[in-house]
Amino acid sequence: MKKTVFAGFGGQGVLMMGYVFAVAAMRDGYEVTYLPSYGAEVRGGTANCTVAVSDEEIFSPVASSPDYGVIMNNPSLSKFESAINEKGIVILNTSLVDSDITRTDITAVKLPANKIAKEEFGNERSVNMIMLGAFVTKTQVTSLESIMGALEEISKGKKAAMMKLNRKSLDIGAEYVLKGAS
Amino acid sequence: MSEKQLMRGSQVIAEAAIRAGCRFYAGYPITPQNEMTEYMANAMAELSDGTFIQAESEIAAINMVLGASTAGVRSMTSSSSPGLSLKQEGISFLAASELPAVIVNTMRGGPGLGNIAPSQGDYFQATRGGGHGDYRSIVLAPASGQEQADLTRKAFEYADKYRTPVLILVDGMMGQMMEPVIFPDPIDALDLPPKPWILDGAKGRPSRIIKSLILNTREMEDHNWKLARKYENIAREITTAESYLTEDANMVVIAYGTAARIAKGAIKRVREMGLKVGLFRPITLYPFPSKELLEMSRVVKHFLVFEMNTGQMIEDVRLSLEGRSTIHFYGRPGGIISTPDEISKEISSIYYRQHLEEE
Repeated sequence: MKKTVFAGFGGQGVLMMGYVFAVAAMRDGYEVTYLPSYGAEVRGGTANCTVAVSDEEIFSPVASSPDYGVIMNNPSLSKFESAINEKGIVILNTSLVDSDITRTDITAVKLPANKIAKEEFGNERSVNMIMLGAFVTKTQVTSLESIMGALEEISKGKKAAMMKLNRKSLDIGAEYVLKGAS
Repeated sequence: MSEKQLMRGSQVIAEAAIRAGCRFYAGYPITPQNEMTEYMANAMAELSDGTFIQAESEIAAINMVLGASTAGVRSMTSSSSPGLSLKQEGISFLAASELPAVIVNTMRGGPGLGNIAPSQGDYFQATRGGGHGDYRSIVLAPASGQEQADLTRKAFEYADKYRTPVLILVDGMMGQMMEPVIFPDPIDALDLPPKPWILDGAKGRPSRIIKSLILNTREMEDHNWKLARKYENIAREITTAESYLTEDANMVVIAYGTAARIAKGAIKRVREMGLKVGLFRPITLYPFPSKELLEMSRVVKHFLVFEMNTGQMIEDVRLSLEGRSTIHFYGRPGGIISTPDEISKEISSIYYRQHLEEE
């Protein structure tokens, strides 16, 4: 069983990232649970979700010590760094995370996702897909193909151009990992 | 059956209700179950014969459901704890008038406004009737996305069959969590058995009356006994529970809904340590599976009741076991979600204190 927390602020597509990942893993044949944080949320406030992926029945969808973290901003790092399981992996969006991790028993993959998105597309809308591409490539819980399948399923009726943009964003994130960026 | 899809619990119940032929929904917003109301707004609008009403209050919503039910349509409302308190008068009237309805309570921390985190604080309210007068509601407690779909179908069947309100009791986590779900095929509302008691205009037939006001004491007594007999039938016919790893167990955890999932995870852990522990999960909270528990107490001498409250279902467990076994309790009220690790520590501590490893 692997549990992943996706965390950032409202508007970054954090919940969407987790949802797409969960659908992809479900289509791969895994048991999955997706648990969003919910509360008296405000725009720009924190948002996070936990996705559990397992070969077996999942009992608790809550992660007291997630194996992986996709961290989109500073407050999310301070909230989750200490919770990550030992030997865990965090994917850091260094465009918005300026502090470094203090843990030595976990691996950090760093990529300036906002900067990349701006340079590549002129806007920051696909930051979450760049991060997701990096996450999937690093952890191998599912594949980029499954993520694309999930995206197509979720965004039924969306334009092909949108899908192309998603694919490109995922690939950019993936390449960042394959190039050995850290 | 539908293909497998990943869906939020609140929306699973809404979709399952539509597929069960529910054609009337009235609700008033409250966290953490607004996704159910939202889903119903869309789904009912897509149907040619569906009605969705965002009511002006919880009280209005339950009374609209009562009205729709008298006209024979499968009807539902939903809310969360404080909203359920407001609906109790209407539920009592539904029970008295022998009207079917499905009511969903996505429980949150309480009493009062409390918070919006998952809780099981409304067990008493749900299983003891909740409103005034001598009645009970059927209470179903699903513990997964799939079970939310399956039990919603059952809820409508039971409501019609017994002409009584049925509660689906979940909590904020069940409502917010997404899990893979396969839905049963939709029912055509026209295929449902006719209801020979509804108010649909008395053209060509004697008029009918549906009411809960019975001033004559003899008649009221008869009506109370009629309801009591109905509840006895219900207990005989629909009581359900799941037993997990109980065959060789010398200690059994009793939990329902979210708490049961966490307990299952804990039991898996302690089993790996060699502790013979099982889970008993009531699926119907009313009727409570007393007979099954009593049967189990012939061999199991230690039960641990785990609830996300300060101890409510434990009273039904006590009534069921009639003093035959020792009952332990562990509770986390206020919206706290325990971890399987925490519960496994509680289990093993009791297990070794009672020297159950020597059995």
